[in-house]
Amino acid sequence: MQNVQSVERATAFSVQGLTKIYGTGETQVHALRGVDLDLPQGELTVLLGPSGSGKSTFLNILGGLDSPTGGTVTFQGRDITALDSNGLTQYRRDHVGFVFQFYNLIPSLTARENVSLVTEIATAPLRPDEALELVGLSDRMDHFPAQLSGGEQQRVAVARAIAKKPDVLLCDEPTGALDSKTGIAVLEAIELVNREFGTTAAVITHNAAIADIADRVVIFADGALSEVRVNLTKIGAAEVSW
Amino acid sequence: MAIAVVIACGVSTVVMSFGTLASLEVTRDAYYEQQRFADVFAHLKRAPTALVERIARIDGVKRVETRIVEAANLDVAGMDEPVLGQLISLPATAGAGAGTGLNKIFLRQGRLPDPNRVDEVVLSEPFADAHGLIPGGHIRATINGHRRELDIVGIAISPEYIYAIGPGILMPDDERFGIVWMGRDALAASFDLKSAFNDVSLSLMRAADEAAVIERLDRILSPWGGIGAYGREDQISHAFVANEMELLKGLGSVIPPIFLAVAAFLLNVVISRIIATEREQIGLMKAFGYSDLSVGGHYLKLVLLVASVGVALGLLVGAWFGREVTEIYTDFFRFPVLFFKLDLQVFVLAGIASLLASGIGAVGAIRAAVILPPAVAMQPAAPTIYRRGVLNMFGLTERLSQPTLMILRHLGRWPLRAGLTTLGISMSVAILVASLFFYDAIEHLMDVYFHHGQRQDATVVFTEPRNMRALTEIRRLPGVMAAEPYRVVAAKLYHGNRYERASIAGLDGDAILRRALDEDLRPVALPETGLVLSTTMAKMLNASRGSRVRLELLEGQRPVIEVPVTAIIEEFIAAPAYMHRDALNRLMREGPTISGAYLQIDHNQSEALYRDLKNLPAVAGVSLQTAALTTFRKTMAETMNIMLFFYVLFGGLIAFGVVYNSARISLSERGRELASLRVLGFTRGEVSYILLGELAILTILALPFGCVFGVVLAQLMVANLNTELFRVPMVVEPATFAMAMTAVIAASMVSGLIVRRRIDGFDLVSVLKTRE
Repeated sequence: MQNVQSVERATAFSVQGLTKIYGTGETQVHALRGVDLDLPQGELTVLLGPSGSGKSTFLNILGGLDSPTGGTVTFQGRDITALDSNGLTQYRRDHVGFVFQFYNLIPSLTARENVSLVTEIATAPLRPDEALELVGLSDRMDHFPAQLSGGEQQRVAVARAIAKKPDVLLCDEPTGALDSKTGIAVLEAIELVNREFGTTAAVITHNAAIADIADRVVIFADGALSEVRVNLTKIGAAEVSW
Repeated sequence: MAIAVVIACGVSTVVMSFGTLASLEVTRDAYYEQQRFADVFAHLKRAPTALVERIARIDGVKRVETRIVEAANLDVAGMDEPVLGQLISLPATAGAGAGTGLNKIFLRQGRLPDPNRVDEVVLSEPFADAHGLIPGGHIRATINGHRRELDIVGIAISPEYIYAIGPGILMPDDERFGIVWMGRDALAASFDLKSAFNDVSLSLMRAADEAAVIERLDRILSPWGGIGAYGREDQISHAFVANEMELLKGLGSVIPPIFLAVAAFLLNVVISRIIATEREQIGLMKAFGYSDLSVGGHYLKLVLLVASVGVALGLLVGAWFGREVTEIYTDFFRFPVLFFKLDLQVFVLAGIASLLASGIGAVGAIRAAVILPPAVAMQPAAPTIYRRGVLNMFGLTERLSQPTLMILRHLGRWPLRAGLTTLGISMSVAILVASLFFYDAIEHLMDVYFHHGQRQDATVVFTEPRNMRALTEIRRLPGVMAAEPYRVVAAKLYHGNRYERASIAGLDGDAILRRALDEDLRPVALPETGLVLSTTMAKMLNASRGSRVRLELLEGQRPVIEVPVTAIIEEFIAAPAYMHRDALNRLMREGPTISGAYLQIDHNQSEALYRDLKNLPAVAGVSLQTAALTTFRKTMAETMNIMLFFYVLFGGLIAFGVVYNSARISLSERGRELASLRVLGFTRGEVSYILLGELAILTILALPFGCVFGVVLAQLMVANLNTELFRVPMVVEPATFAMAMTAVIAASMVSGLIVRRRIDGFDLVSVLKTRE
């Protein structure tokens, strides 16, 4: 296991002894069995691992969508596991941008409006047009999700996630439903945000090839970390192929 | 299961309403049958008992019962005001007065009077209850000028006096009017009517011609002072009961079918939704090789099974409720029996309607799912296409917040569904308006009647017509501030082939207490000649201004003349006919003669006045306006409250059901969308706004429509009401609209809050893991 840090950076997330148990008694499932991990600010981390290895649970807890059974997650020095439901809502609102496998766009709103949805409640957001321009969709702003391709929809989702200039961008299988070409376009968008705004990004994927674009690769197995490695030979998303 | 409940609600309302109405009629008829309620009634001055044989020979007459019916002033402890008693003879056990069993009384307590004891009486139950009188008690009465102390030996009810309404009084007033049954011999002795009678009732053969019998009877009785025989439909108690039932029918025939229709609509929506969610299963079954027909049949069977459970439940609950409500009314009308009858037709109709509604709902949705190729059906439905639509044209998209835009776009995308939901909610407003409007109508009717038309404080009825000296005497009584004379003559009115019995009220032209009013409530001066008809009477006679009506006066020399209708006036209660008193006196070929007087009273001296009035032998009775007002309101309210309670409840339930149902559908369709918003950092309140805001818009939209529908519904009911006792004016007060709307808003809010709790409980993680 390599544990060398290329650049000294402040820690965005500090995770200690994180456990998550679903169910009770005989049906208990240990999704996380004590995970310790620090994610430095501004890094792009790729989380790998088979289904059920705990990576999604881990990401959901980081994003304030789920609460752990034990352990702590400190974000910018604040313990988010101590927050109640309203506190978590506020945390998500102020700090977190999400991108999911199935886009989760609002079908009744156009691309621009889907982005405005978030900018309306954010403190210092990008303009919706700017955000869409960043992901290369300036000509599709007035289309409804049903009129966009999967890749375009996912890029709208990325634009929506970055428009509020979040501190962290959490992506769960963002390319899972896409072919490689559109998938790469989405990864480029994520990479761009990470690079331009210094947003801490964590991307879950099944696709080991994507790990090449990461600053850091974290591999989950059976609810625990099996490997954390720093990628010294990071490449651009455009160079990835699968 | 929710479907079954919806069906059960609709079916049970219909079954309850119609069951109650049918049962009340059956019960009433059974009561009439059992007590041998007569078919034809007539009152006269005095006739020898030998006349019975002639009456019995009239074609179609089955039984003849003669009686002595007289008025008496009663003196009840604790009542200053005059109390009027109707003395009715009970048949003697044998001899001349032996009865044929018509109009039998039904003893509730105690026993019948001993024929040898002249002071034993049986009281009518409502009267006894009103004064707390029981067998063993006593009551003082002035009978034909003699003060008597009467022993109460029994309490009874009679089909003739389900409602006891005194002469010249509008509404039953059990405190001031009571029936006193006593032995025939005792009564005959008091009024010098040995071997004579002054009242006769007939029962008729099944095929008898009632009009012909009345005609013959009138001819026989007219030399003996008969004032016109009449059939059951003019018998005051029967007319009153019929009127009440008519009112209930008016309510019951309009509202429950609407309820069933709304239930059917809800059902339809719910079933289509459920089938739509089964779409993938249907595709799978087809992929396995099941035919369209067998897959469709399977789902149809499933739906019909659930619907059948609902229908069965509805029938049971409806029958049970119906029985309970019938029992309440049976107590109210004091029927001694109770027959609960379920109308099989209603059962079948309600059942079929529900099954059809669910069937149609299912067939449409099943068809939509079955016609798809399996490969397509197994995939999720294509995403809904939204359009920027009209919102864009007005630049609203830029001005509205995105959540508001979501609400509007969603509504615009499903206009039919939004429309139906609005329709459903507005129906509940309409039901509430149409139910509550009855109270407004009655208040308005009372206001017109008591505050504009009949402004007297008291009405004095003489035992028989008097000359004007009687008025002078009345004016001299303590506390009488003003007294206006009136003359009332029983009459038959003929116009074309129509015929009605009525009392012609002769009023003075310059009367200020009791006035005839036109449509705008302005007093109408009675013309010197001719007849003035109320709108109801004019309608019944099919007469209008200028028509010539043949008038047969039933008193004195019984003149028959033709008079022109010189005016039509607005009157909601009863169907009166007026003339100038001088004209009436002239027609009767009598001098200035009056039947009584309307009084304006100084209330400080009312006690002394009542005492004096009680002691005047010429005064048959006094009715007080305030008492009439109270009893009117009470009587109307009692009948309507029971049924209206249910309708208001159901109206609220519909609002709740429609809103809840539509919220649930929205939630299941948009749960993912709303959860996504939560993930994006929207608070629960902000997310609820999107769902509940949509419902709020639909509810608010529904309110004005509901008010309009309500008025239409009320008009429909008023048009359906076919009663001679009073016309229901079409008046809906703003407060009624407000109350109906508030109730519906409250019901919507309750269902909204329930759904909101579900939003609070969203599992964010699982929502994100699934595809649409």
